[in-house]
Amino acid sequence: MTNPARSGYTSPQGYGRGAPSGGGSANLADILERVLDRGVVIVGDIRVNLLDIELLTIKLRLLIASVDTARELGIDWWERDPWLSAQDGELEEENRRLRERFAVAEGRRAGRRPLDAREKASGAREETSGERSPRGRERGD
Amino acid sequence: MTEVGTYVYAITREAGGSPPADLTGVGGAPVRTVEHAGLVAYVSTVPLEEFGEEPLRRSLEDLDWIGATARAHHHVVESVAETVPTAPVRLVTVYSSEEQVSDLLARRHDDFVAVLSRVVGRREWGVKAYAARETAPPPAEEEPTGGDGPGTAYLKRRQASLHSREDAWRHTAAQAERVHTTLADVAVASLRQRPQDPELSGRTESMVLNGAYLVDDDRVGEFTAALDALREREIDLELTGPWAPYSFTALDLDTAGPEAPDAP
Repeated sequence: MTNPARSGYTSPQGYGRGAPSGGGSANLADILERVLDRGVVIVGDIRVNLLDIELLTIKLRLLIASVDTARELGIDWWERDPWLSAQDGELEEENRRLRERFAVAEGRRAGRRPLDAREKASGAREETSGERSPRGRERGD
Repeated sequence: MTEVGTYVYAITREAGGSPPADLTGVGGAPVRTVEHAGLVAYVSTVPLEEFGEEPLRRSLEDLDWIGATARAHHHVVESVAETVPTAPVRLVTVYSSEEQVSDLLARRHDDFVAVLSRVVGRREWGVKAYAARETAPPPAEEEPTGGDGPGTAYLKRRQASLHSREDAWRHTAAQAERVHTTLADVAVASLRQRPQDPELSGRTESMVLNGAYLVDDDRVGEFTAALDALREREIDLELTGPWAPYSFTALDLDTAGPEAPDAP
């Protein structure tokens, strides 16, 4: 299948920059939100899995970054935008579900650190994320 | 000897198929299939020293690692989805052995069949809308009048500019809503994802729509025509795809799945 002529696609900068991959000229942001957030999620009976709490940390980080950008512009429309507010509600609900699921998974695994220690660890990472750029962000032009 | 795991990329229904020749996945490992009861899982072998839980915890802090792994994962999913209806599996799903993967296909056979039947003859398309760059000239410098000092005048100008910016936003958000509604009518299913952060999108303009649309292959022309008819000066529309149906194969194999996509 070929892409329609007027796709309006522009090659993005930053993380979006890179060689086209399997699905054509997909940029990394689009790929990430799909591979992290969508598709079949298998939990409970696998050897190793990307932990839900870590995923949520990444998603939250992206969401928070978006909100901060808007706030700098003096815009708070999202707080009154029903769709975005609903999204926030969904995020809270998702967070709650993930915590529950995580707690269940935690109960099934012997010899692990307790959940709240783990959360403290990721919370600590959250607090420093503003000051400490992950590797890969330090790109000079 | 290095401990290894079986990394799962995608599930399809076409038994007897084989992965595209020379297809490689994460870490450059060759991709192979595990077949059971008419279902096929596309897998490769990964070292647990990189894909074990503790190494992953560290790797997830490294956007370069995430990026490379996501691209490799996506490459396999898309290569498979080019030829058969495909259910992508979430990034970094690793089993101990092929036997475990076979068990999964057996136990969840009906769920997988149901998901795969929803995406036959359909692909996912992404549409993002950005607020076009502000083109309005800044307000002209006014001579301070009637007791307004330069500070007050500046604050008034700043306030006016914020108000007009907010109005522009509202207008753009309404347009984004219209774009989504129009495209959703052509699609079998649709959903709005959160707008991406500019640092990720690579664009300075604010994203006002980040939509995913599951479209029948024979209606793609209609879909793109509808999109082109929606193009306006104040809003910049970007089409991506076709994608494997990532956004429409949500299947949570332990609990109730996330919110269902909008029904048409």
